Amino acid sequence: MTELSKSGAAVGEPTSTSPAPTSFLEVRDLKVHFPTDDGLVKSVDGLSFKLEKGKTLGIVGESGSGKSVTSLGIMGLHTAGQYGKRKAQISGEIWLDGTELLSADPDEVRKLRGREMSMIFQDPLSALHPYYTIGQQIVEAYRIHHDVDKKTAKRRAVEMLDRVGIPQPDKRVDNYPHEFSGGMRQRAMIAMSLVNNPELLIADEPTTALDVTVQAQILDLIRDLQKEFGSAVIIITHDLGVVAELADDILVMYGGRCVERGPAEKVFYEPRHPYTWGLLGSMPRLDREQQERLIPVKGSPPSLINIPSGCAFNPRCPYADIPKDNVTRTVRPELTEVGSQHWAACHLTPEQRERIWTEEIAPKL
Amino acid sequence: MGHRKTSGGPRSCGGPLAVLAYLIRRLFAAAVMLVVIILVVFCIFFLVPKWAGVDIASSFVGKQADPASVAAVREKLGLSDPIFVQVWHFFKGIFVGRTYSAGGDITHCAAPCFGYSFRTEQDVWPVLTDRFPVTLGLALGAAVLWLVFGVAAGVLSALKRGSLWDRGAMVIALGGVSLPIYFTGLLSLAIFSYGLGWIDGKYVPLTESFTGWLGGMILPWVTLAFLYAAMYARITRATMLEILGEDYIRTARAKGLKEQVVISKHAMRSTMTPILTMLGMDLGALIGGAILTETTFSLPGLGQAVLNAIKTQDLPIILGVTLITSLAVLIANLVVDVLYAVIDPRVRLA
Repeated sequence: MTELSKSGAAVGEPTSTSPAPTSFLEVRDLKVHFPTDDGLVKSVDGLSFKLEKGKTLGIVGESGSGKSVTSLGIMGLHTAGQYGKRKAQISGEIWLDGTELLSADPDEVRKLRGREMSMIFQDPLSALHPYYTIGQQIVEAYRIHHDVDKKTAKRRAVEMLDRVGIPQPDKRVDNYPHEFSGGMRQRAMIAMSLVNNPELLIADEPTTALDVTVQAQILDLIRDLQKEFGSAVIIITHDLGVVAELADDILVMYGGRCVERGPAEKVFYEPRHPYTWGLLGSMPRLDREQQERLIPVKGSPPSLINIPSGCAFNPRCPYADIPKDNVTRTVRPELTEVGSQHWAACHLTPEQRERIWTEEIAPKL
Repeated sequence: MGHRKTSGGPRSCGGPLAVLAYLIRRLFAAAVMLVVIILVVFCIFFLVPKWAGVDIASSFVGKQADPASVAAVREKLGLSDPIFVQVWHFFKGIFVGRTYSAGGDITHCAAPCFGYSFRTEQDVWPVLTDRFPVTLGLALGAAVLWLVFGVAAGVLSALKRGSLWDRGAMVIALGGVSLPIYFTGLLSLAIFSYGLGWIDGKYVPLTESFTGWLGGMILPWVTLAFLYAAMYARITRATMLEILGEDYIRTARAKGLKEQVVISKHAMRSTMTPILTMLGMDLGALIGGAILTETTFSLPGLGQAVLNAIKTQDLPIILGVTLITSLAVLIANLVVDVLYAVIDPRVRLA
């Protein structure tokens, strides 16, 4: 239990005043903990990454690995409007374009939301208000940050709907969300998030609730719009296929921490963490020889209240016994550089990992 | 990626036309319902006693009356006619008026005719119209109070969940739901009227004196509103808490909306739906007579009339109040349905 109280204390400490970073978005040692009756849920426990404008970061991991909590943390949505519940404990630093968000005035962060950074949610049906027309909702989003009359804002809404590929936008603007199909609804959601030309766009599982046939269209749209607007994009997903198509960099999360991070082609073709191998093995692929079965990652995601000591992945890792002295179960591995801009947190030596990857894993994929 | 053109235009269910079409559907349904209600009421009041072997005519003239006058009454009320003729006369009476006749004894009863009181031989309709404003004033006044205080308390409790305010308000609300009107009513009378003497508990019609009317109504309003405010506070709190967890509330915050706007615009609009449903049913039922409140405070409303009528088995009065109550519930629900369609666009398709 010492472990628990130690990190609990760390969360309360004031954030250090390190110099502002040069990257457009930089997250440093982000921790998001939720106190509950059963204990402290460490949804995100020390996450750091950087993102430049015009680049796409894919955050990958299974349910409960802290992907969405991270994105809501950046948006400041853990602290906005939490009524009576025990407040989330957030520490670390989130630098967006030279502003540190966690120590900033909440009202300043609110003004950045929707204008500097905006978000696309997983299920566009539940994320849009059922009682307001698509147009009303986009107009509202625009007028929060622009001092224009309703007519101008509505023209802008129609223009955005047209841009995201909604046919007859001048008519559809007066429709309600339930009159749209799933894909159209997500397009409308994207139009709403982009109406203020945000520089950071966070897409939280943007295709999960959609038909497979529509998924590719939405991903194409996000990519096209990113090129057009030059914004930084974080795409959160459990689907490696999605990030393969879009991301420049990939960050693999497990148990609230980053286990591997690097350029997309590195993480895909030279992954250096057993969990990433597991993810790749469980992904159906059509571009390779048909092999017998998908290989699931055995076991279930770790409890975020009692995260396994040592490496959080050790109970599910087939190679946990290779390092000596039971080190995988006692010492938490830190991220170490395994290649240019490529980091992984694993006790296996780089040579061991390279051998296992090339001899055991890669041939089976 | 090109723009896909859909062949048909977008379905239109947003405009005022859709609301109008919806309104017409609801009106039609309400009219059908009204006919059904009249039929059911007729059955309950005229057929069921007959099957049970109770003679309505003798309950009109009294048990000791001689058979000749019972027969005369039976003929005049048309009780020996075939059932379909009776139903027809009953309907006709309500919509265009009817004529009771037995030999040379002819009484014309103008529409809407609910018959004559068995006890006072008064036309039932004026009795209803005399008493209706009292009940309507009671119900509407109390509704305003309970809506304002109940909904406000519920919203505040939800926003301050777990706080002292929340717990306090919910304990009071539990009290409000559990304590019967005749307890809270008598208590308030004992304190404010007999004890402190602030309020003279007598009912004064609005047409005579506005302040007198207010003085007479304030305690009944507060008593009745206390009960309902408690229920509304609980419902509002629960609904609000549920709505605050919705994804679209998170979206509203993600847009950068101020929290006050998120609550007052996005969350309140959704919270209104169940409140409105309850309001329709409660108001409808209350307009048919708040029996306990009217009795406790001696208000000459429909509830008091129906209670007296039940005591004296004054069938036509009970019948009239029953029909008025049904009509009130029907109209209240119609209004709610229309408001529903205004609030929730998805309802317009129904």
